[in-house]
Amino acid sequence: MTALTMSARPGNDTDLRPVPWRRMAWVTWRQHRFALAGVAGLLGALAAYLLYTGLPMHHAYAAVTACHPASSLACSNAIGDFDTVYWATAEAIAVLLQVVPPLIGAFAVAPVLARELETGTFRYAWTQGTGRARWTLAKLVPLAVILAAAAGAFSVLFSWYFTPFADQGLDTRLPPLAPLVFDLHGVTFAAWTLAACAIGALAGMLIRRVVPAIAATMAAWASLALAAGLFLRQHYLAPLIAHTPNLPGSAWLIGQWYTGRDGKPLSQAAVSQFLQGYHPTVRQVGPNSTQTDLNPVGYIAQHGYQYWVSYQPASRFWPFQWIEGGWLLALSVLLIAATIWLVRHRAA
Amino acid sequence: MTNVIEADHLGKHYRGTWALRECSLAIPAGHVAALVGPNGAGKTTLLNLAVGLAAPSAGAVTVLGGRTAGSRAALDGIAFVAQDTPVYQNLSAKDLLHLTLNLNRHFDMGYARARLGELGIPLKRKAGKLSGGQQAQLALTLALGRRPRLLVLDEPLANLDPVARHDFMATVMTAVAADGVSVLLSSHVLAELERVADYLILLSRGQVQLAGKASDLLASHHLAGVEELALAYMRGPLEVAK
Repeated sequence: MTALTMSARPGNDTDLRPVPWRRMAWVTWRQHRFALAGVAGLLGALAAYLLYTGLPMHHAYAAVTACHPASSLACSNAIGDFDTVYWATAEAIAVLLQVVPPLIGAFAVAPVLARELETGTFRYAWTQGTGRARWTLAKLVPLAVILAAAAGAFSVLFSWYFTPFADQGLDTRLPPLAPLVFDLHGVTFAAWTLAACAIGALAGMLIRRVVPAIAATMAAWASLALAAGLFLRQHYLAPLIAHTPNLPGSAWLIGQWYTGRDGKPLSQAAVSQFLQGYHPTVRQVGPNSTQTDLNPVGYIAQHGYQYWVSYQPASRFWPFQWIEGGWLLALSVLLIAATIWLVRHRAA
Repeated sequence: MTNVIEADHLGKHYRGTWALRECSLAIPAGHVAALVGPNGAGKTTLLNLAVGLAAPSAGAVTVLGGRTAGSRAALDGIAFVAQDTPVYQNLSAKDLLHLTLNLNRHFDMGYARARLGELGIPLKRKAGKLSGGQQAQLALTLALGRRPRLLVLDEPLANLDPVARHDFMATVMTAVAADGVSVLLSSHVLAELERVADYLILLSRGQVQLAGKASDLLASHHLAGVEELALAYMRGPLEVAK
């Protein structure tokens, strides 16, 4: 009988060398090159557009900054004109770029497992000699890393594009920590892309169907990004507190409130009620004109009330970048590990 | 003699129902073993457990002489063709050969190309554009190219026309004759099994009703054919005189 062919290698589970990673790399490339090309096309088109609008804008901006003397009316008009012409486009681009990470995660990564499970090809893929944990690792990790790296490279270009509006000289300047652009700069754009990929991978494994997995990835990413922007980011480091109404424009304002004579915070209603008693002085400045000296803050201060603000200074940009990048990286590792665990334990 | 599959009180339940229960069996190497039973008997569940796609809820299953099902060592020696022979529809036959080559420690590219040539399957054609019979042959070629010691086939004949069935089984039997590969296949097409299967496992309602060499079983039941035996058991084991 053919028992002879069996006896050659008895249960040697351990000394079997695994299939080399470079062979899996070929598989990943062959099966996902179109997804990678799609992302390259998307980022390439956006980069081309940034260059197309950014080059003339930087030209115009160079002229504005060269304006002399800077305090003259002509120069401040030049700044205003620059703003009028370029800000709307820059703002629209910033808004548009917010959806790039979830698009990448949803369309390039969510189908990786979902399509296998939906079409049944996982029964082929996961019974090959590579083994399914290794197969999953060799697909998800390179894809996520490559896509995040591409997004990171793209965000460098965006930083260059956006420099005029990060400058202190313009009226429409945004604090560098402002939610609209904070996650498009530095390490966070790459980190959010990585997180989108990890969410996509897990959604694909849990949902097992391509279209719902894509939708779930976008929804989960959006919830996470909103939660981070609205609630989390302002607490990365304890906000600074000051009692000046004149914060530098680069500071990210977190909160403002009044305190009474006893040093306790006042409710908005209490402040309004107190201000009812404020009657601004009216001066006669001409035969038929008067001028009202409005200074409620001064009035409040005279009566022992104080105005407070809490804010995050612009100097915290990089610490905040690393904090956000760090937790997103940790989350992504966790999600991919969970995905691989599920692949190992919850296949069929 | 080594057993290609050994199950010990193996069970699997999905959402409260047992798809397979208290299944103990040992299939020796060198057979074409047929797993027979009505739909829902647990055939696919047993095969999924054997190739490691599913994990047991109870008991244990080992393959190829004691290797844990689904382990790297087990997968190295087993090739599995699932029901409806799933292959990537958007990849060409050639790409699928390379894919399988790169997903395994060894793959006999020469054999696989020659086999596809004999079958008249164009290497450049996308799998999705092949006929059902050709797709089944392609999936089988990918499996046999791995030179497995155990070939596991889940309902390989279910969606094939009679000619494709014959050709498919001819490929399997050629590999059995040439390499001595052991085969475990599930089917409810009994007529096709008559000529090829020399070992039978009868599964019904999640439990093994009968297992053994076809010739022994037939002799002990005084029956002439596998089909007759299987039918008798599917209708209810009590009716068969022991």
